[in-house]
Amino acid sequence: MTLEITTARPESALLDLPWSTPLEEWPESYLAALPRGISRHVVRFVKLGPRVLAVKEIKDDIADREYAMLRNLRRLDVPSVEPFGVVHGRTTADGEPLDACLITRHLQFSLPYRALYSQNLRPDTAVRLMDALAVLLVRLHLEGFWWGDVSLSNTLFRRDAGAFAAYLVDAETGELHARLSDGQREHDLDIARVNIAGELMDLAAGGFLEEHADPFEVSASVIERYHTLWDALTGTERFEVGDRWRVDERIRRLNELGFDVDELSMTTDIGGTEIVITPKVVDAGHHSRRLLRLTGLDVGENQARRLLNDLDAYTAATDRQGDDEEIVAHDWLAKIYEPVTRAVPRELTGRLEPAEIFHEVLEHRWYMSERAGHDTPIEDALRDYVATVLPAKPEEKAVLGVDTEEMPVISRFD
Amino acid sequence: MMSMPAHPGRHTLYNGSSGTFLPVKEGNEAMATVTFDNATRQYPGNPIPSVDKLNIEIADGEFLVLVGPSGCGKSTSLRMLAGLEEVNGGRILIGDRDVTNLSPKDRDVAMVFQNYALYPHMTVADNMGFALKIAGVDKAEIRKRVEEAAKILDLTPYLDRKPKALSGGQRQRVAMGRAIVRSPQVFLMDEPLSNLDAKLRVQTRTQIASLQRRLGVTTVYVTHDQVEAMTMGDRVAVLKDGILQQCDSPRRMYDHPANVFVAGFIGSPAMNLMEVPVTDGGVDLHGHTVPVTRENLAGVGKNVTLGVRPEDLELSSDQSGIPVTVDVVEELGADAYIYGSTEQKLLEATGENAGAVPFIARVDGRRPPEKGDKIYLKPKAGHVHVFNAESGLRVGD
Repeated sequence: MTLEITTARPESALLDLPWSTPLEEWPESYLAALPRGISRHVVRFVKLGPRVLAVKEIKDDIADREYAMLRNLRRLDVPSVEPFGVVHGRTTADGEPLDACLITRHLQFSLPYRALYSQNLRPDTAVRLMDALAVLLVRLHLEGFWWGDVSLSNTLFRRDAGAFAAYLVDAETGELHARLSDGQREHDLDIARVNIAGELMDLAAGGFLEEHADPFEVSASVIERYHTLWDALTGTERFEVGDRWRVDERIRRLNELGFDVDELSMTTDIGGTEIVITPKVVDAGHHSRRLLRLTGLDVGENQARRLLNDLDAYTAATDRQGDDEEIVAHDWLAKIYEPVTRAVPRELTGRLEPAEIFHEVLEHRWYMSERAGHDTPIEDALRDYVATVLPAKPEEKAVLGVDTEEMPVISRFD
Repeated sequence: MMSMPAHPGRHTLYNGSSGTFLPVKEGNEAMATVTFDNATRQYPGNPIPSVDKLNIEIADGEFLVLVGPSGCGKSTSLRMLAGLEEVNGGRILIGDRDVTNLSPKDRDVAMVFQNYALYPHMTVADNMGFALKIAGVDKAEIRKRVEEAAKILDLTPYLDRKPKALSGGQRQRVAMGRAIVRSPQVFLMDEPLSNLDAKLRVQTRTQIASLQRRLGVTTVYVTHDQVEAMTMGDRVAVLKDGILQQCDSPRRMYDHPANVFVAGFIGSPAMNLMEVPVTDGGVDLHGHTVPVTRENLAGVGKNVTLGVRPEDLELSSDQSGIPVTVDVVEELGADAYIYGSTEQKLLEATGENAGAVPFIARVDGRRPPEKGDKIYLKPKAGHVHVFNAESGLRVGD
C-alpha cells in the first residue's frame, strides 16, 4: 500500500514524520511532550515547523469519519479542535499494515482539565469550567450534534476574560442530525453525568481535588446549568398582547447570554389577546461577532464582552457617542488595545493570549485605582502588571498535558 | 480465564455437580421479559414515525439484537426502552410492569456507553463501582457487588491495584465489571464495539456474548453490523424505516428471510437478488428452470425476485443458468469467491432490461475460473428464495 496523506492544506513536512513506525514507538526527537495520563488510543504531540500537532492512531474508517465530522463542526462554527489531516496506507518496514492517523492542530493557549486542576483551582474556577462545558454542550445540541462521549477529557479549555470557553476535542462517537430529540439530549447528559463524576473522582483519588469539592455535586451542576441555559434559549414564553416589550426583553436577555436570535416564532392565540414567542434559531457568539466586525479582533465571547465594554468607556470618555462606531473602534484599537498588548515583552507573550492580558490589565487597573483611591492611567497599570503579575504566571501557550499514555481498553462496555 | 459467573444480587451461586458454579435465579425474582407493544415514536415535525408500531417480545435472559441501516429506528427503540425517548403510541413493558411513562432511573435498566475510560488514580474496585456511587448505592452494597463481579471476572486479586498494573485483557474485564455491578434487570447496549478495530471487535463480541449468557440478564443490543448481530444474538430483529421487518433466530433469518430487504441485508457476502420471469412450473434462469410449486406462484405476476446466496451456487456445464462474467477471483484456499456481473438480460423474455447486475458466487478453490471468464451458475436444489416482485414478501416457505 502507498502512503496517502489527506490535508486541508498541503504540508510537505508531514512526509518527514516516521509513519512506518507505530505511533507509540515514535522517537522522542519528534515529540513536543512526553506522554502522561491515560487514554484509549495512542496520541502523541508532534512538532512540525512552528506548529504543534496532535496525532491519534485509530482505525482507518474511524479516522476518516472523525476528520469529516470535525470539519463539519468547524463549518458550523462550533468550538472544536481544527482537523489537519488523515494519513492512510501506513506499513512497517516489514510490510505490516498500521492503523491510520488522524492529525489535529493543537489549540494554542488551551488547557486540559488535568493541567488546570493541578494548579490548585479556586473553587469558583472549577464552577466556571463546568459552566463552559455546559455552554459547549448546549451549542453542540443546538446544531444537532449528539456527542456520545461528553467528558472533561474530551474537552479543552481556554481562558476567556476570567471565565473559560470550552472546545470539543474528540468527535469519534458523535453524530450530526438535523435536530436532536429530547431523548438524544438526555442521553448525552446521562453520559456527561457519569463521565464527569468519574473524572473528578479520579482527580480526588490522585489528590488533585480540594477536599470539600464533591464530584457528584459538580457533575450535577453541569446538567443543571445546561438545562437553565437550554430553557432560556429555546423556551416558549406567553404574555398579553399589550406587553409587547417582552419580545425585545427576551432578545436582550439572549444577547446577554452571548447568543443572537436569528429566527423567532411569534404567534397569537385565537382571541388575539396572548402572544407566544419561541426562539427558533439562536447563534452563539453575539459579542465576539460584534467585536470582530468592529475591530477585526477574533477573541473569546467573554473577552469580546470585556473589550466592548472598554470600547464603550473609551467612546464616552472621548465624548464621541455621536461618531460612527467603526471609526471610534478603529481609534480605540490603535490607541488603547494595541499599545497594551504590544507592550508585553517578547519572552512573556507565551504566558497568556493578548486579549486575556488586556482583560487582566483592566482588572489590575481597577485594583490599583481602588487601592489608590483615584483613577489609575492604563499605562501605569500596564507597567505594574508586566513587572509584577505576568512574570509569575505559567507559560500556557502550549500546555500539552492531555492524557497521552495509552491504556487500551478493548471493551467500550460501561 | 473467567471462572463461571453468576449475576450478583440477582442470582445465587449453585455448586454444580461438575464442580463449576452455575448461576441460579433467586426464587422471588421478577421475570425480566421486555415487551414492545405497538410502541411508536414520532418526532415533532417529522411526517412519518421513526419507530412505527414496534412489536417484539423478548424472553427473560434473552440476547436480542436490533439491527438495520442508519436511520432505521434501532437506537430510538433502545432509547424508548431506556426511558430517554418519549413513547407516542403503544406501550413498553419490563416483566409485567408497564414502564412506558416511568423515568429512566425507575426502570432498572442499564444503558451501556459506547465509550469507556479507565481512571488511572482509582483502584480497580473504584473503577468498577463508581457509577453505583452516583446512583446513591451505599458503600457496603457497592463493595459486595464489586467483589461478586470481580469473582466472576477473575479480578479479585487486583481489586486494590491501579489499572496501570493490569494487562490489556484484565483492563477489559474491569470495563465489563462496571456494567455487571449495576445489576440491572435489562442491559441496553448501543453499538458498544463501533470504535474498535476489526480484531478487537471480534474478540470483544465473543466475550460480551459469553458473559451475557453466563449472567443470564436480558440484553437488548443495537448494531448496524449484521455480522455482529448474527454472531451475538439469540434472536435478531431487523428494522428498516422504523418498521420491524423480521424477528427470528440468526439461523431462521438466514434460511428464511421474510422479504427482499432482509434477504439482501443479512449475510456476507450478500445474497444475489435478481428479477426473473415466471415459467411453467418455476422460474427461468436463461434456459434453466428452477422449480417452484404452482400454488406458490399463483398471483405473483410475470416476474419474481429470486435470491441465491453465493455459497448455494454451482458451475453449470451446459451453458444454462445464470451467465456471469468474472471480474475478480478471491482465493481463500478451499474456496474461492467470484465477483462478477450477469451480462445477459435475465428478463429477456419480457423485453425488459435488468442491466448489469453484480454477482457473487463461492466455488471450489482448487479449480476456480479466471478473471474475464464467462461462466454459468445454477442454484443448488432447494436453495433459492423467491419473493414477490411487487411487495418484496417471501413466496412459499
